[in-house]
Amino acid sequence: MGLTDILRKPGETLGDMAQVANLDAMVNWGQSYSLWPYPFATACCGIEFMGTACSDNDIARFGAERPSFSPRQADMILVLGTITYKMAPVLREIYDQLSEPKYVVSVGACASSGGMFDTYGVVQGIDRFLPVDIYIPGCPPRPEAIMDALIRLQEKVKTQGLEARRTEIKRKIEEINERNRPLIVR
Amino acid sequence: MKEKVENFLQSKLSQFVLKSEPINSNIPTYSIKSEGVVPVIKALKEDSELKFDFLNDLTAIDWLGKRNPRFELCYLLKSPSNKHFRIMLKAAIEDGEGIHSITSLFKGANWPEREIFDLFGIEFINHPYMDRIILPDNFQGHPLRKDFPLEGFGQDYLISDLLHIHQEE
Repeated sequence: MGLTDILRKPGETLGDMAQVANLDAMVNWGQSYSLWPYPFATACCGIEFMGTACSDNDIARFGAERPSFSPRQADMILVLGTITYKMAPVLREIYDQLSEPKYVVSVGACASSGGMFDTYGVVQGIDRFLPVDIYIPGCPPRPEAIMDALIRLQEKVKTQGLEARRTEIKRKIEEINERNRPLIVR
Repeated sequence: MKEKVENFLQSKLSQFVLKSEPINSNIPTYSIKSEGVVPVIKALKEDSELKFDFLNDLTAIDWLGKRNPRFELCYLLKSPSNKHFRIMLKAAIEDGEGIHSITSLFKGANWPEREIFDLFGIEFINHPYMDRIILPDNFQGHPLRKDFPLEGFGQDYLISDLLHIHQEE
């Protein structure tokens, strides 16, 4: 049995010292435990995120303890709160500045659907113009819900390869473009 | 203090003061003609005894279908040297009519007047920079008017450049 045969079986242990893995899985595994969040906090969900990051709930246990206030050093953007039409271009610009691979988490009712603000100033969900990965329900969500979303995102990062990720983003962008086609202009 | 203000308005500025029904309020309220806003507030501010030299608030009301003329501007003035006594001046104007700005008297009236323009569409004459202050520059309509629908007219035009994502390849 040669070395090439062993390397074809990722997950196999050699004694109790070494384990065979492919590079993709290795990188994804490392990345899933260092998801630096970019908190885009515009409303009360931002306060809830602070609670999640503090010692009682401690998001550091899952490796996301370092809120990055520069989008270029962040892996995921947490949209925490109501997004108005005036804020939407800012959010989009920050999303464009995030370095790949990037994930979008829509925290709370307002970011996901506009929430109770069905008014002239509020965008009815950030999925109008961003490819969202995870939606967190709640108004505002409990810290446990935010951490649950983080764990689900970790699962996604671990299992999804680069190519699958690329096709998913492509599909979501096509969906957004399709949905927004009948543009209403007064 | 209330009598003093009333006497002052009746004796010196009677050509601008309108008769109004008594309003049940702890703040004395006077209706004035819209063209008299600047002279009345100037006189109240510069009088050596009354000294209403603090503009507490400046806002507007839309009485669509209830009153004629439609809009009412409210000037809440305070006199810090007279135990912070406050009075309310109200001036009614019709849709499309302008009103004179009081930025020459109170510099702090600049932003409230722009806010009223933004949300009610009331133009202020002689204002240094009459432009929208809160809403996006390309916003259409004035949302605090009673005939503005709550959900807007379909506000997608505000982010029309975001609604289509261009892909490379």
